[in-house]
Amino acid sequence: MSQSVVPTPTPSPAATPEPAEDVAGVAERGRPGAGERFGRAVEAGWRPVVLLGACFAVWWIIAAAELVEPYLVPSPGDTLDVLTGKAGYLWQHTWVTTYETLLGFAIAVAVGVFAAVVMVYSSTVEKTLYPILLFAQVVPKIAVAPLFVVWLGFGITPKILIAVLIAFFPVVISMVTGLKAVDPEMLQLSATMGAKPWQTFAKIRFPASLPHLFSGLKVAVTLAVTGAVVGEFVGANEGLGYVILQANGNLDTPMLFAGLLVMSLIGVVLFVLVEIAEKLLLPWHASRRDSQVTTAY
Amino acid sequence: MTMARDITLRKAAGPPPDDSAPGTAGTPGAAAGGGAAAVGLEDVAVRFRTKKRDVTALHEVSLDVAPGEFVAIVGPSGCGKSTLLKLVAGLLRASAGAVRLHGDRVGGPRHDIGYVFQRAALLEWRTARRNILLQAEMRRMPGERARARADELIAMTGLSGFEDAYPHELSGGMQQRVALCRALLHEPPVLLMDEPFGALDALTREQMNMELNRIWRETRTTVLLVTHSISEAVYLADRVVVMSPRPGTITEIIDVGLPPERDYTETLGRPEFREAAGHIRGLLGAASAQD
Repeated sequence: MSQSVVPTPTPSPAATPEPAEDVAGVAERGRPGAGERFGRAVEAGWRPVVLLGACFAVWWIIAAAELVEPYLVPSPGDTLDVLTGKAGYLWQHTWVTTYETLLGFAIAVAVGVFAAVVMVYSSTVEKTLYPILLFAQVVPKIAVAPLFVVWLGFGITPKILIAVLIAFFPVVISMVTGLKAVDPEMLQLSATMGAKPWQTFAKIRFPASLPHLFSGLKVAVTLAVTGAVVGEFVGANEGLGYVILQANGNLDTPMLFAGLLVMSLIGVVLFVLVEIAEKLLLPWHASRRDSQVTTAY
Repeated sequence: MTMARDITLRKAAGPPPDDSAPGTAGTPGAAAGGGAAAVGLEDVAVRFRTKKRDVTALHEVSLDVAPGEFVAIVGPSGCGKSTLLKLVAGLLRASAGAVRLHGDRVGGPRHDIGYVFQRAALLEWRTARRNILLQAEMRRMPGERARARADELIAMTGLSGFEDAYPHELSGGMQQRVALCRALLHEPPVLLMDEPFGALDALTREQMNMELNRIWRETRTTVLLVTHSISEAVYLADRVVVMSPRPGTITEIIDVGLPPERDYTETLGRPEFREAAGHIRGLLGAASAQD
């Protein structure tokens, strides 16, 4: 006989009580106070911060121990010197790339959402457009870029166009999915309410599709940065793509690393901005997604 | 209770909304008394064409529902109960026969009905009150009146205090109350309910049954309720329509013979209740035994 005592399972106080009675049946509402929110942000944020820190530490060790030639991998210090010392130069080109990215993204969203709405409401248009859309998506944008430079010159137009092309597809796909994902019973209900088609669209279909749209927007905004830089690689005299090509030509790896860092930062900042917009516009969706129950099971 | 009584009782019969004549609600199985039946089905058939074969969902279904009457429809899955409701709402077209609402042929989605589904089908981004008011916005009802009416319904269905909660913050029973309020906002003469409490737990369901009985008495609406629960059907309805599947036909229509005002426990113990419930159970058992 073993001496071990089997602990009797006691109901843990942490377990959320079952909503037993219907009358009082409102789930606890997630309205945390400021302190609690800060605590949660730290709780959610410390892991990636530590990981990033570790990556920088590894980078620093590699450079400091001269495991790799400095002209191949510059030290974090050299890179930081470039970032601060040539801040004006970098800022000027960062602004150009950001401008191209944002404009390309905005056009992609406008055209993409419009195309999705038309496609959802007309199956003829959908059947006609879909193959062309797919074709436009599978053509490697990097391969088309030189053509745009030939057609449109060295200005920012070809860069914006490539950003649009590359960001357009996730917007259309997510918006079409969102518009089609609407509850059919909701539409039937709407019909019994005597709703006009545009009312059903404005009050039911469009808001219901927004969570899907936003997941597409997050993909699209990071792709738009890539699009703009690809455009700059092919032919430009400004922008971060140009900075990187120049630095590459001069074997100026600190500048190259600085350009890469700034470029990634643009993508991250834009992604976060889209997420913030989502939280502000769709609080109902965010709170449901962040709920313990829907993420744990 | 007084709050609930304040709600304008709408006479269920007749197209002109005229409040002068007394309602004829609550007379079990009553003939329509000269006026047209609230809902009339005449030899209705619905056939679906699938790739492999033609499916007859409903076959020669005839049913008249008097204004203010509560009719429950029971039957096994696939007997066309939901199809029948969609026909009345005009969401589906009959392949043969005539569907009438207050005497007019139904030829497209009807706006003079309220519809409640098994799932509450609420808009997640709207609070309970704004979900209820969706009905008013779509119909372009005057805002002031719609808001007053919504407040009355919120009080009547016990939603007070939860008006500003979002659907994901509400339990299933509360969500279904919101759906019911939304269906009743425009004071529809006919309320169609498709297994409205099917997804609720037994206790909540009983409670919702009691409330539906009270709401029905207070609003004098004609109700067509599809349900799987025999006791729910008998407790709530004046008449219970028993259907059999493939093709969906009406097996029998049972007059429950209970007074409109029904205490839950007391009603379940009454001989009329037991007799009707037993009879329906027998009919449904016989239908499934033939399968």
